[in-house]
Amino acid sequence: MNMFQFAIAALWTGDRQADRVVPPSGFTAQLTLFAAGTMAFLAVFALAFSLASGRLATIWGQELARTATIRVVAPIDQRAAQTEAALRILETTKGVASARALTDAEQQALLTPWFGAELAIDALPVPRLIEIVEDNEGLDPEGLRLRLAAEVPGAVLDNHSRWRAPLVQAASRLKLLGWISTILITATLAAMVTLAANAALSANAQVIAVLRLVGATDSYIAQAFIRRFTFRALSGAATGTVLGVLAMLLLPSSDDVGGFLTGLGFEGRDWLAPVLIPFLAGAVAFAATGAAAKRTLKELA
Amino acid sequence: MPVIEFENVAYSYGGGELLSDISVKLAPGSFHFLTGPSGSGKTTLMKLCYGALLPTAGHVTLFGRDARSLDRDDIAMTRRRIGVVHQDCQFLNHMSVAENIGLPLTVSGRHAETGGDDLTELLAWVGLANRADALPPELSGGERQRAALARAVIMSPDVVLADEPTGNVDWEMSQRLLRLLIELNKMGKTVLIATHDLGLIRATKAHVQARVLRIANRRIQLAGADL
Repeated sequence: MNMFQFAIAALWTGDRQADRVVPPSGFTAQLTLFAAGTMAFLAVFALAFSLASGRLATIWGQELARTATIRVVAPIDQRAAQTEAALRILETTKGVASARALTDAEQQALLTPWFGAELAIDALPVPRLIEIVEDNEGLDPEGLRLRLAAEVPGAVLDNHSRWRAPLVQAASRLKLLGWISTILITATLAAMVTLAANAALSANAQVIAVLRLVGATDSYIAQAFIRRFTFRALSGAATGTVLGVLAMLLLPSSDDVGGFLTGLGFEGRDWLAPVLIPFLAGAVAFAATGAAAKRTLKELA
Repeated sequence: MPVIEFENVAYSYGGGELLSDISVKLAPGSFHFLTGPSGSGKTTLMKLCYGALLPTAGHVTLFGRDARSLDRDDIAMTRRRIGVVHQDCQFLNHMSVAENIGLPLTVSGRHAETGGDDLTELLAWVGLANRADALPPELSGGERQRAALARAVIMSPDVVLADEPTGNVDWEMSQRLLRLLIELNKMGKTVLIATHDLGLIRATKAHVQARVLRIANRRIQLAGADL
Protein backbone atom coordinates (compact mmCIF):
# COMPACT_ATOMS: atom_id res chain seq x y z
CA MET A 1 0.00 0.00 0.00
CA ASN A 2 1.55 3.29 -0.92
CA MET A 3 1.71 6.31 1.34
CA PHE A 4 -1.26 8.03 -0.28
CA GLN A 5 -3.65 5.10 0.07
CA PHE A 6 -2.47 4.48 3.59
CA ALA A 7 -3.05 8.09 4.51
CA ILE A 8 -6.55 8.10 2.99
CA ALA A 9 -7.47 4.94 4.86
CA ALA A 10 -6.04 6.22 8.12
CA LEU A 11 -7.73 9.56 7.65
CA TRP A 12 -11.13 7.98 7.57
CA THR A 13 -10.63 5.24 10.11
CA GLY A 14 -9.38 8.01 12.39
CA ASP A 15 -6.53 6.66 14.50
CA ARG A 16 -6.85 8.91 17.52
CA GLN A 17 -3.73 7.43 19.05
CA ALA A 18 -1.69 8.34 15.98
CA ASP A 19 -3.03 11.85 16.23
CA ARG A 20 -1.69 12.15 19.74
CA VAL A 21 1.93 11.33 18.92
CA VAL A 22 2.44 14.82 17.52
CA PRO A 23 2.23 17.45 20.24
CA PRO A 24 -0.63 19.90 19.92
CA SER A 25 0.45 23.27 18.54
CA GLY A 26 -1.69 26.23 19.50
CA PHE A 27 -0.63 29.24 17.51
CA THR A 28 0.27 27.73 14.12
CA ALA A 29 -2.99 25.81 14.26
CA GLN A 30 -4.87 29.09 14.57
CA LEU A 31 -2.93 30.53 11.62
CA THR A 32 -3.80 27.60 9.40
CA LEU A 33 -7.44 27.90 10.38
CA PHE A 34 -7.37 31.61 9.68
CA ALA A 35 -5.65 31.22 6.29
CA ALA A 36 -8.07 28.51 5.20
CA GLY A 37 -11.01 30.63 6.37
CA THR A 38 -9.84 33.72 4.51
CA MET A 39 -9.13 31.83 1.34
CA ALA A 40 -12.56 30.17 1.46
CA PHE A 41 -14.21 33.55 2.01
CA LEU A 42 -12.42 34.95 -1.06
CA ALA A 43 -13.16 31.81 -3.03
CA VAL A 44 -16.90 32.27 -2.43
CA PHE A 45 -16.72 35.67 -4.13
CA ALA A 46 -14.44 34.56 -6.93
CA LEU A 47 -16.79 31.68 -7.69
CA ALA A 48 -19.87 33.88 -7.47
CA PHE A 49 -18.22 36.39 -9.78
CA SER A 50 -17.29 33.70 -12.22
CA LEU A 51 -20.70 32.03 -12.23
CA ALA A 52 -22.52 35.36 -12.50
CA SER A 53 -20.36 36.40 -15.45
CA GLY A 54 -21.10 33.09 -17.06
CA ARG A 55 -24.81 33.65 -16.60
CA LEU A 56 -24.48 37.17 -17.99
CA ALA A 57 -22.73 35.89 -21.09
CA THR A 58 -25.46 33.32 -21.60
CA ILE A 59 -28.29 35.77 -21.03
CA TRP A 60 -26.83 38.38 -23.35
CA GLY A 61 -26.04 35.79 -25.96
CA GLN A 62 -29.51 34.22 -25.81
CA GLU A 63 -31.74 37.25 -25.44
CA LEU A 64 -30.13 39.11 -28.30
CA ALA A 65 -29.83 36.04 -30.44
CA ARG A 66 -33.59 35.55 -30.23
CA THR A 67 -34.37 38.73 -32.12
CA ALA A 68 -33.31 40.33 -35.38
CA THR A 69 -34.35 43.39 -37.36
CA ILE A 70 -34.85 44.12 -41.04
CA ARG A 71 -34.61 47.69 -42.28
CA VAL A 72 -36.44 48.34 -45.47
CA VAL A 73 -34.77 51.30 -47.16
CA ALA A 74 -36.72 52.27 -50.26
CA PRO A 75 -38.32 55.29 -51.88
CA ILE A 76 -41.55 56.16 -50.09
CA ASP A 77 -43.81 54.84 -52.86
CA GLN A 78 -42.12 51.43 -52.91
CA ARG A 79 -41.66 51.09 -49.18
CA ALA A 80 -45.00 49.44 -48.41
CA ALA A 81 -44.66 46.99 -51.28
CA GLN A 82 -41.12 46.01 -50.31
CA THR A 83 -42.16 45.62 -46.66
CA GLU A 84 -44.96 43.29 -47.77
CA ALA A 85 -42.52 41.32 -49.88
CA ALA A 86 -40.06 41.02 -47.01
CA LEU A 87 -42.80 39.84 -44.63
CA ARG A 88 -43.88 37.21 -47.17
CA ILE A 89 -40.33 35.93 -47.38
CA LEU A 90 -40.13 35.78 -43.60
CA GLU A 91 -43.33 33.73 -43.43
CA THR A 92 -41.63 30.98 -45.36
CA THR A 93 -38.26 31.29 -43.66
CA LYS A 94 -37.22 28.54 -41.28
CA GLY A 95 -36.44 29.66 -37.73
CA VAL A 96 -38.75 32.65 -37.71
CA ALA A 97 -41.35 32.44 -34.95
CA SER A 98 -43.03 35.72 -35.82
CA ALA A 99 -42.32 38.85 -37.82
CA ARG A 100 -44.14 42.12 -37.97
CA ALA A 101 -43.56 45.60 -39.32
CA LEU A 102 -43.43 48.35 -36.75
CA THR A 103 -46.32 50.80 -37.05
CA ASP A 104 -45.78 54.50 -37.71
CA ALA A 105 -46.60 55.24 -34.09
CA GLU A 106 -43.96 52.79 -32.86
CA GLN A 107 -41.34 54.18 -35.21
CA GLN A 108 -42.20 57.67 -34.12
CA ALA A 109 -41.74 56.59 -30.48
CA LEU A 110 -38.31 55.16 -31.33
CA LEU A 111 -37.22 58.38 -33.04
CA THR A 112 -38.67 60.85 -30.53
CA PRO A 113 -35.56 60.97 -28.38
CA TRP A 114 -33.59 62.21 -31.39
CA PHE A 115 -36.02 64.31 -33.39
CA GLY A 116 -38.61 65.48 -30.87
CA ALA A 117 -42.32 64.66 -30.75
CA GLU A 118 -43.44 67.16 -33.43
CA LEU A 119 -41.75 65.43 -36.31
CA ALA A 120 -44.07 64.30 -39.07
CA ILE A 121 -42.53 60.96 -39.82
CA ASP A 122 -44.46 60.51 -43.06
CA ALA A 123 -42.57 63.40 -44.58
CA LEU A 124 -39.22 61.65 -44.21
CA PRO A 125 -37.85 58.62 -46.00
CA VAL A 126 -37.47 56.73 -42.72
CA PRO A 127 -36.81 53.08 -43.34
CA ARG A 128 -39.51 50.70 -42.20
CA LEU A 129 -38.41 48.32 -39.43
CA ILE A 130 -39.48 44.71 -39.26
CA GLU A 131 -39.00 42.97 -35.94
CA ILE A 132 -38.26 39.26 -36.14
CA VAL A 133 -38.59 36.90 -33.20
CA GLU A 134 -36.74 33.65 -33.78
CA ASP A 135 -37.90 30.27 -32.65
CA ASN A 136 -35.65 27.87 -30.75
CA GLU A 137 -33.85 26.66 -33.86
CA GLY A 138 -32.77 30.16 -34.81
CA LEU A 139 -32.61 31.42 -38.37
CA ASP A 140 -29.81 31.28 -40.87
CA PRO A 141 -28.88 34.95 -41.41
CA GLU A 142 -26.80 34.35 -44.55
CA GLY A 143 -29.57 32.42 -46.30
CA LEU A 144 -32.11 35.06 -45.40
CA ARG A 145 -29.81 37.84 -46.65
CA LEU A 146 -29.45 36.13 -50.03
CA ARG A 147 -33.21 35.71 -50.43
CA LEU A 148 -33.83 39.31 -49.40
CA ALA A 149 -31.17 40.58 -51.79
CA ALA A 150 -32.85 38.77 -54.67
CA GLU A 151 -36.42 39.84 -53.98
CA VAL A 152 -36.33 42.93 -51.75
CA PRO A 153 -33.27 44.97 -52.75
CA GLY A 154 -33.95 47.61 -50.07
CA ALA A 155 -34.00 45.20 -47.12
CA VAL A 156 -31.06 44.99 -44.73
CA LEU A 157 -30.94 42.28 -42.12
CA ASP A 158 -29.37 43.06 -38.79
CA ASN A 159 -29.19 40.05 -36.51
CA HIS A 160 -27.46 41.99 -33.72
CA SER A 161 -24.42 39.75 -33.80
CA ARG A 162 -22.12 42.64 -34.59
CA TRP A 163 -22.63 44.42 -31.28
CA ARG A 164 -23.57 41.33 -29.32
CA ALA A 165 -20.23 39.60 -29.86
CA PRO A 166 -18.05 42.03 -27.87
CA LEU A 167 -20.54 42.02 -24.97
CA VAL A 168 -20.59 38.26 -24.82
CA GLN A 169 -16.83 38.20 -25.14
CA ALA A 170 -16.45 40.68 -22.29
CA ALA A 171 -18.68 38.57 -20.06
CA SER A 172 -16.72 35.44 -20.99
CA ARG A 173 -13.47 37.18 -20.11
CA LEU A 174 -14.89 38.15 -16.73
CA LYS A 175 -15.88 34.56 -16.19
CA LEU A 176 -12.36 33.41 -17.06
CA LEU A 177 -10.95 35.99 -14.66
CA GLY A 178 -13.16 34.58 -11.91
CA TRP A 179 -11.91 31.08 -12.54
CA ILE A 180 -8.30 32.21 -12.61
CA SER A 181 -8.86 33.92 -9.25
CA THR A 182 -10.32 30.71 -7.86
CA ILE A 183 -7.30 28.74 -9.07
CA LEU A 184 -4.90 31.31 -7.59
CA ILE A 185 -6.74 31.19 -4.27
CA THR A 186 -6.48 27.40 -4.25
CA ALA A 187 -2.76 27.57 -5.07
CA THR A 188 -2.21 30.15 -2.33
CA LEU A 189 -3.96 27.92 0.18
CA ALA A 190 -1.71 25.05 -0.91
CA ALA A 191 1.35 27.27 -0.46
CA MET A 192 0.23 28.41 3.01
CA VAL A 193 -0.50 24.86 4.18
CA THR A 194 2.86 23.71 2.81
CA LEU A 195 4.65 26.43 4.77
CA ALA A 196 2.71 25.63 7.93
CA ALA A 197 3.29 21.88 7.50
CA ASN A 198 7.02 22.42 6.89
CA ALA A 199 7.21 24.55 10.01
CA ALA A 200 5.36 21.91 12.02
CA LEU A 201 7.60 19.15 10.67
CA SER A 202 10.80 21.05 11.53
CA ALA A 203 9.47 22.02 14.95
CA ASN A 204 8.79 18.37 15.63
CA ALA A 205 12.07 16.97 14.34
CA GLN A 206 12.80 15.42 17.75
CA VAL A 207 9.36 13.82 17.92
CA ILE A 208 9.91 12.36 14.46
CA ALA A 209 13.34 11.03 15.50
CA VAL A 210 11.80 9.27 18.51
CA LEU A 211 9.04 7.81 16.36
CA ARG A 212 11.52 6.53 13.77
CA LEU A 213 13.65 5.02 16.54
CA VAL A 214 10.76 2.96 17.89
CA GLY A 215 9.87 1.67 14.43
CA ALA A 216 7.26 4.07 13.04
CA THR A 217 7.02 4.09 9.25
CA ASP A 218 7.12 7.36 7.33
CA SER A 219 3.48 7.00 6.37
CA TYR A 220 2.46 6.61 10.01
CA ILE A 221 4.28 9.82 10.92
CA ALA A 222 3.03 11.67 7.85
CA GLN A 223 -0.52 10.63 8.61
CA ALA A 224 -0.47 12.32 12.01
CA PHE A 225 0.44 15.60 10.34
CA ILE A 226 -1.83 15.14 7.31
CA ARG A 227 -4.85 14.44 9.47
CA ARG A 228 -4.25 17.49 11.55
CA PHE A 229 -3.78 19.91 8.65
CA THR A 230 -6.61 18.45 6.61
CA PHE A 231 -9.09 18.95 9.43
CA ARG A 232 -7.78 22.42 10.15
CA ALA A 233 -8.18 23.46 6.52
CA LEU A 234 -11.57 21.78 6.33
CA SER A 235 -12.98 23.48 9.41
CA GLY A 236 -11.35 26.85 8.65
CA ALA A 237 -12.69 26.79 5.11
CA ALA A 238 -16.16 25.75 6.29
CA THR A 239 -16.29 28.80 8.56
CA GLY A 240 -14.98 31.10 5.81
CA THR A 241 -17.48 29.72 3.32
CA VAL A 242 -20.42 30.22 5.66
CA LEU A 243 -19.34 33.82 6.31
CA GLY A 244 -18.80 34.43 2.59
CA VAL A 245 -22.23 33.10 1.68
CA LEU A 246 -23.86 35.17 4.44
CA ALA A 247 -22.10 38.27 3.14
CA MET A 248 -23.34 37.47 -0.34
CA LEU A 249 -26.92 37.07 0.83
CA LEU A 250 -26.69 40.58 2.24
CA LEU A 251 -25.94 42.01 -1.24
CA PRO A 252 -28.86 43.80 -2.96
CA SER A 253 -30.97 41.44 -5.02
CA SER A 254 -30.80 41.58 -8.81
CA ASP A 255 -34.56 41.87 -9.25
CA ASP A 256 -34.46 45.65 -8.93
CA VAL A 257 -32.15 45.91 -11.92
CA GLY A 258 -34.14 43.75 -14.27
CA GLY A 259 -33.61 40.59 -16.21
CA PHE A 260 -30.95 41.92 -18.54
CA LEU A 261 -28.39 41.98 -15.71
CA THR A 262 -27.80 39.32 -13.11
CA GLY A 263 -27.10 39.49 -9.40
CA LEU A 264 -23.72 38.55 -7.96
CA GLY A 265 -24.79 35.35 -6.34
CA PHE A 266 -25.54 31.69 -6.75
CA GLU A 267 -28.63 30.39 -8.48
CA GLY A 268 -29.92 26.84 -8.59
CA ARG A 269 -27.16 24.33 -9.14
CA ASP A 270 -24.54 27.03 -8.53
CA TRP A 271 -25.05 26.46 -4.81
CA LEU A 272 -23.03 23.28 -5.19
CA ALA A 273 -19.91 25.42 -5.72
CA PRO A 274 -19.68 27.01 -2.24
CA VAL A 275 -20.57 23.68 -0.62
CA LEU A 276 -17.56 22.15 -2.35
CA ILE A 277 -15.12 24.83 -1.14
CA PRO A 278 -14.36 23.31 2.31
CA PHE A 279 -13.83 19.88 0.78
CA LEU A 280 -11.56 21.31 -1.88
CA ALA A 281 -9.60 23.11 0.87
CA GLY A 282 -9.36 19.84 2.80
CA ALA A 283 -8.15 18.01 -0.29
CA VAL A 284 -5.59 20.72 -1.01
CA ALA A 285 -4.29 20.59 2.58
CA PHE A 286 -4.20 16.80 2.43
CA ALA A 287 -2.07 16.82 -0.72
CA ALA A 288 0.16 19.70 0.38
CA THR A 289 0.88 18.21 3.82
CA GLY A 290 1.45 14.78 2.30
CA ALA A 291 3.99 16.18 -0.16
CA ALA A 292 5.72 18.26 2.53
CA ALA A 293 5.91 15.30 4.93
CA LYS A 294 7.23 12.98 2.26
CA ARG A 295 9.97 15.46 1.36
CA THR A 296 10.97 16.21 4.96
CA LEU A 297 10.91 12.63 6.24
CA LYS A 298 13.16 11.42 3.44
CA GLU A 299 15.89 13.73 4.69
CA LEU A 300 15.76 12.40 8.27
CA ALA A 301 17.66 9.31 9.39
CA MET B 1 22.58 -17.10 11.25
CA PRO B 2 23.92 -14.09 13.18
CA VAL B 3 21.30 -11.42 13.87
CA ILE B 4 23.78 -8.64 13.12
CA GLU B 5 26.90 -9.13 11.06
CA PHE B 6 29.65 -6.67 10.10
CA GLU B 7 31.88 -7.59 7.20
CA ASN B 8 34.98 -5.43 6.66
CA VAL B 9 32.92 -2.42 7.63
CA ALA B 10 34.41 1.05 7.53
CA TYR B 11 32.75 4.29 8.41
CA SER B 12 34.12 7.73 7.77
CA TYR B 13 32.72 11.13 8.50
CA GLY B 14 33.79 13.95 6.19
CA GLY B 15 37.28 14.17 7.72
CA GLY B 16 38.73 10.72 8.10
CA GLU B 17 37.93 7.14 8.88
CA LEU B 18 36.43 6.56 12.30
CA LEU B 19 36.04 2.83 11.98
CA SER B 20 37.84 0.56 9.56
CA ASP B 21 37.90 -3.07 8.62
CA ILE B 22 35.46 -4.21 11.27
CA SER B 23 34.13 -7.74 11.13
CA VAL B 24 31.84 -8.89 13.91
CA LYS B 25 29.03 -11.38 14.24
CA LEU B 26 26.39 -11.16 16.93
CA ALA B 27 24.86 -14.60 17.37
CA PRO B 28 21.30 -14.90 18.63
CA GLY B 29 21.20 -14.90 22.43
CA SER B 30 24.74 -13.60 22.81
CA PHE B 31 25.77 -10.90 25.26
CA HIS B 32 28.38 -8.39 24.10
CA PHE B 33 30.00 -5.34 25.58
CA LEU B 34 31.40 -2.67 23.33
CA THR B 35 34.05 -0.59 24.94
CA GLY B 36 36.70 1.92 24.06
CA PRO B 37 37.71 5.47 24.85
CA SER B 38 35.33 8.36 24.31
CA GLY B 39 35.10 9.33 20.67
CA SER B 40 36.38 5.95 19.51
CA GLY B 41 33.19 5.30 17.56
CA LYS B 42 31.04 3.25 19.95
CA THR B 43 27.89 5.24 19.20
CA THR B 44 28.63 5.17 15.48
CA LEU B 45 28.96 1.40 15.59
CA MET B 46 25.66 1.16 17.48
CA LYS B 47 23.98 3.32 14.85
CA LEU B 48 25.28 1.03 12.13
CA CYS B 49 23.56 -1.81 14.01
CA TYR B 50 20.07 -0.35 13.66
CA GLY B 51 20.31 1.26 10.26
CA ALA B 52 20.59 4.87 11.42
CA LEU B 53 23.90 4.99 9.53
CA LEU B 54 25.08 3.02 6.54
CA PRO B 55 28.72 1.87 6.28
CA THR B 56 30.94 3.76 3.88
CA ALA B 57 32.65 0.48 3.00
CA GLY B 58 31.93 -3.19 3.64
CA HIS B 59 28.60 -4.73 4.54
CA VAL B 60 26.29 -4.62 7.53
CA THR B 61 23.77 -7.42 7.54
CA LEU B 62 20.68 -7.10 9.75
CA PHE B 63 18.64 -10.29 10.15
CA GLY B 64 20.18 -11.66 6.97
CA ARG B 65 19.58 -8.58 4.81
CA ASP B 66 22.18 -6.08 3.66
CA ALA B 67 21.44 -2.78 5.40
CA ARG B 68 22.00 -0.95 2.09
CA SER B 69 19.18 -2.85 0.44
CA LEU B 70 16.64 -1.79 3.06
CA ASP B 71 14.25 1.03 2.20
CA ARG B 72 12.84 3.33 4.86
CA ASP B 73 9.89 1.07 5.59
CA ASP B 74 12.18 -1.96 5.87
CA ILE B 75 14.28 -0.05 8.37
CA ALA B 76 11.15 0.79 10.37
CA MET B 77 10.26 -2.92 10.39
CA THR B 78 13.82 -3.84 11.42
CA ARG B 79 13.65 -1.41 14.34
CA ARG B 80 10.60 -3.22 15.65
CA ARG B 81 12.96 -6.18 16.15
CA ILE B 82 15.78 -4.10 17.67
CA GLY B 83 15.19 -2.24 20.92
CA VAL B 84 17.48 0.74 21.33
CA VAL B 85 18.38 2.54 24.55
CA HIS B 86 20.19 5.79 23.84
CA GLN B 87 22.71 7.37 26.11
CA ASP B 88 20.59 10.49 26.00
CA CYS B 89 17.13 8.99 25.80
CA GLN B 90 14.43 11.02 24.13
CA PHE B 91 10.72 10.70 24.73
CA LEU B 92 7.57 12.39 23.54
CA ASN B 93 7.34 14.97 26.28
CA HIS B 94 3.62 15.61 25.91
CA MET B 95 2.69 11.98 26.57
CA SER B 96 2.80 10.09 29.85
CA VAL B 97 5.57 7.63 30.74
CA ALA B 98 3.18 4.72 30.22
CA GLU B 99 2.19 5.99 26.76
CA ASN B 100 5.85 6.52 25.87
CA ILE B 101 6.76 3.00 26.89
CA GLY B 102 3.84 1.71 24.84
CA LEU B 103 4.78 3.87 21.84
CA PRO B 104 6.40 1.04 19.82
CA LEU B 105 3.11 -0.87 20.09
CA THR B 106 1.14 2.22 19.11
CA VAL B 107 3.19 2.99 16.00
CA SER B 108 3.13 -0.63 14.86
CA GLY B 109 -0.65 -0.75 15.26
CA ARG B 110 -0.43 -3.46 17.92
CA HIS B 111 -1.70 -1.40 20.81
CA ALA B 112 -5.19 -2.85 20.77
CA GLU B 113 -4.22 -6.52 20.61
CA THR B 114 -1.58 -6.49 23.36
CA GLY B 115 -3.65 -4.37 25.68
CA GLY B 116 -2.54 -2.85 28.96
CA ASP B 117 -1.51 -5.98 30.91
CA ASP B 118 1.96 -6.28 29.39
CA LEU B 119 2.53 -2.60 29.93
CA THR B 120 1.59 -2.72 33.61
CA GLU B 121 3.81 -5.75 34.12
CA LEU B 122 6.69 -4.08 32.33
CA LEU B 123 6.29 -0.87 34.33
CA ALA B 124 6.52 -2.89 37.53
CA TRP B 125 9.53 -4.79 36.19
CA VAL B 126 11.49 -1.58 35.63
CA GLY B 127 10.17 -0.13 38.90
CA LEU B 128 8.15 2.69 37.34
CA ALA B 129 4.65 1.52 38.28
CA ASN B 130 4.03 4.60 40.41
CA ARG B 131 5.42 6.93 37.73
CA ALA B 132 3.18 5.69 34.91
CA ASP B 133 1.22 8.92 34.62
CA ALA B 134 4.19 11.25 35.00
CA LEU B 135 5.50 13.18 32.01
CA PRO B 136 9.05 12.34 30.85
CA PRO B 137 10.55 15.73 31.86
CA GLU B 138 9.51 14.97 35.45
CA LEU B 139 11.67 11.82 35.60
CA SER B 140 15.10 11.55 37.16
CA GLY B 141 18.09 10.37 35.09
CA GLY B 142 17.77 6.80 36.36
CA GLU B 143 14.03 6.72 35.76
CA ARG B 144 14.55 7.93 32.20
CA GLN B 145 17.05 5.16 31.55
CA ARG B 146 14.66 2.56 32.91
CA ALA B 147 11.75 3.98 30.93
CA ALA B 148 13.91 3.87 27.79
CA LEU B 149 14.80 0.26 28.52
CA ALA B 150 11.14 -0.63 29.02
CA ARG B 151 10.29 1.08 25.72
CA ALA B 152 13.12 -0.80 24.01
CA VAL B 153 11.85 -4.21 25.10
CA ILE B 154 8.05 -3.84 24.98
CA MET B 155 7.90 -5.26 21.45
CA SER B 156 9.85 -8.27 22.69
CA PRO B 157 12.63 -7.55 20.19
CA ASP B 158 15.29 -10.02 19.15
CA VAL B 159 18.09 -7.60 19.91
CA VAL B 160 18.59 -4.95 22.60
CA LEU B 161 21.18 -2.27 21.94
CA ALA B 162 22.07 -0.03 24.87
CA ASP B 163 24.43 2.90 24.46
CA GLU B 164 25.93 3.90 27.83
CA PRO B 165 22.72 2.87 29.60
CA THR B 166 24.32 3.63 32.95
CA GLY B 167 25.82 6.93 31.91
CA ASN B 168 23.65 9.18 34.04
CA VAL B 169 22.94 6.95 37.02
CA ASP B 170 24.64 5.97 40.27
CA TRP B 171 26.28 2.62 40.87
CA GLU B 172 23.26 1.04 42.51
CA MET B 173 20.98 2.07 39.69
CA SER B 174 23.44 0.88 37.08
CA GLN B 175 23.50 -2.52 38.79
CA ARG B 176 19.73 -2.61 38.63
CA LEU B 177 19.64 -1.73 34.93
CA LEU B 178 22.28 -4.31 34.27
CA ARG B 179 20.25 -6.98 36.03
CA LEU B 180 17.34 -6.11 33.76
CA LEU B 181 19.54 -6.53 30.71
CA ILE B 182 20.95 -9.84 32.00
CA GLU B 183 17.41 -11.04 32.60
CA LEU B 184 16.49 -10.11 29.03
CA ASN B 185 19.52 -12.02 27.76
CA LYS B 186 18.44 -15.07 29.72
CA MET B 187 15.09 -14.78 27.96
CA GLY B 188 17.01 -15.25 24.71
CA LYS B 189 17.55 -11.69 23.56
CA THR B 190 20.80 -10.69 21.92
CA VAL B 191 22.27 -7.86 24.00
CA LEU B 192 24.92 -5.34 23.01
CA ILE B 193 25.93 -2.72 25.57
CA ALA B 194 28.27 0.12 24.74
CA THR B 195 30.04 1.37 27.86
CA HIS B 196 33.38 2.64 28.99
CA ASP B 197 32.68 1.51 32.55
CA LEU B 198 34.97 -1.49 33.11
CA GLY B 199 33.56 -2.04 36.58
CA LEU B 200 30.18 -2.66 35.03
CA ILE B 201 31.65 -5.22 32.67
CA ARG B 202 33.37 -7.06 35.51
CA ALA B 203 30.17 -7.08 37.55
CA THR B 204 28.28 -8.54 34.63
CA LYS B 205 30.74 -11.30 33.89
CA ALA B 206 29.89 -12.89 37.22
CA HIS B 207 26.33 -13.46 36.02
CA VAL B 208 26.47 -14.09 32.32
CA GLN B 209 28.93 -15.14 29.68
CA ALA B 210 29.67 -11.82 28.08
CA ARG B 211 32.18 -11.09 25.34
CA VAL B 212 33.92 -7.77 25.20
CA LEU B 213 34.59 -5.97 21.94
CA ARG B 214 37.07 -3.16 22.30
CA ILE B 215 37.51 -0.42 19.74
CA ALA B 216 41.12 0.69 19.47
CA ASN B 217 42.78 2.41 16.56
CA ARG B 218 39.55 2.32 14.56
CA ARG B 219 39.42 -1.46 14.76
CA ILE B 220 37.66 -4.01 16.89
CA GLN B 221 39.68 -6.23 19.16
CA LEU B 222 38.22 -9.09 21.09
CA ALA B 223 39.33 -8.45 24.64
CA GLY B 224 40.47 -11.51 26.57
CA ALA B 225 39.40 -12.80 29.91
CA ASP B 226 41.78 -10.43 31.64
CA LEU B 227 39.05 -7.96 32.43
